[in-house]
Amino acid sequence: MNVWLSHHLYALLLALKRLSRNPFPSLLSIIVIGIALSLPAGGYMLLGNLQSLSGHISGSPQLSLFLAMDSGSTDISKIGSRLKQHPQVSSFNFVPKDSALEQLKQGSGLSDVVDSLSQNPLPDAFVINAKNSDPVVLESLRSELQKWPKVDHVQLDSAWAKRLDSLLNLGQLAVLMLATLLSFALVAVTFNTIRLQILTRRDEIEVSKLIGASNGFIRRPFLYFGAIQGMTGGIVAWLIIALGIYLSNDALADLASLYTFDFRLQHLSSRDCLSLLLFSTWLGWVGAWLSVTSHLSHIEPR
Amino acid sequence: MINFSNVSKRYPNSYDALTKVSFTIESGEMVFVTGHSGAGKSTLLKLIAAIERPTSGTIIVNGQNVGALKGGTIPILRRNLGLVFQDQKILFDRNVFDNVLLPLQISSFDPKEASGRVRAALDKVGLLSKEKAKPITLSGGEQQRLCIARAVVNRPSILIADEPTGNLDSDYAHEIMNMFRSFHQVGVTVLIATHDAALLGGSQDRILALDRGILTV
Repeated sequence: MNVWLSHHLYALLLALKRLSRNPFPSLLSIIVIGIALSLPAGGYMLLGNLQSLSGHISGSPQLSLFLAMDSGSTDISKIGSRLKQHPQVSSFNFVPKDSALEQLKQGSGLSDVVDSLSQNPLPDAFVINAKNSDPVVLESLRSELQKWPKVDHVQLDSAWAKRLDSLLNLGQLAVLMLATLLSFALVAVTFNTIRLQILTRRDEIEVSKLIGASNGFIRRPFLYFGAIQGMTGGIVAWLIIALGIYLSNDALADLASLYTFDFRLQHLSSRDCLSLLLFSTWLGWVGAWLSVTSHLSHIEPR
Repeated sequence: MINFSNVSKRYPNSYDALTKVSFTIESGEMVFVTGHSGAGKSTLLKLIAAIERPTSGTIIVNGQNVGALKGGTIPILRRNLGLVFQDQKILFDRNVFDNVLLPLQISSFDPKEASGRVRAALDKVGLLSKEKAKPITLSGGEQQRLCIARAVVNRPSILIADEPTGNLDSDYAHEIMNMFRSFHQVGVTVLIATHDAALLGGSQDRILALDRGILTV
């Protein structure tokens, strides 16, 4: 068999053996790692769901374009044809000022007040559906329309989507910071686990060095141990999130039905899951590497 | 095969353990290092295995300058040596078989071939029936034989033993010594440090006598 491969296989088996020989402490550190990872990963999962929710609600972003009071029917048809040709506009609807007043009269219960007005205070308006829901694109469309002649005011009806979006950005930043902090915690946990292992295996390490083991040979099982522990912690984090979703989904569905839409939390995508596992494996490896590097040199046979 | 020229070793803040020691051991020789405790026997053996570095002088083992070896090449030197330590260094968390298997795992033997070699080595020292036993259940003589099996399982060209009969009664001691002689007879270079003059088998053995770090014979 290939020497390199057999060395790695040996190290892997040894790491698994060590992991299973002390199941309780191993389990505890794995759970600690899992919980630490589940916080940022769970936050990321929530953010992803909120993002898809906001996209779902503001699926057809609308702008209201109010014309100047003195605009006539030629201005209206001119703007209508310009809107028809605009690439960002998917459809639009003209609301004449009279029908707007009529709507106000019926919808608000202010008919007495409206009747007492000597003239219609409302402008003619267009309600525009944009093609793109990206808040940046919408904003540039808004300012562009604003500059057209005889346009008094353009209002982005989905301004709240923009607010939600920046709120989500903030949330993303918070998750990132949490992930960074807890990554350090994970590295520290692994560092300590491996340190204890090295101390309890001092004799073995010393004898191995005396009979010709290279540093790589001694280091490898510890690195595998750290990586396996990190990976298992990642799996535990995934399970914790899955459990959280399972427990809250029914209640969420009830809540969402009150607002007449269908909403269920989705778990991380398979790509995100893979990233989570790879990242936790890598962190475990790093913690083990740091620990082995700083402790192994102290064990020199005498 | 082993060559010391003007080798001195001074431990930090301490006396000279060895002073200007020079000798050559040819391939296939059997040599005893004698002297009182503190004479520098262990230091001499440790220098050969690069466990200690000389303060001055050069040591050549199998054509390599041991004092100048870089960290990464020391393991390769040690894999060609069979070492029996004064304090035995048995691993008590595993059975006899696994103790002897360790050197072969380190030099990545094929597992099937390795277990054959381990059994052969255990058979040679008469421990084959105890391969599953924990070392703690073995007698002092058996533990020493376990150490010898671990030292020879790699079939080294040089076998080095530091006081291998140190805490054994004379019957066991002779038994152990005959074992070393049998390895010598199949061509292994054997180097044994001992303070026990009774073990020396007469004039045919070469002796390096140390007295307070100075080679007297």
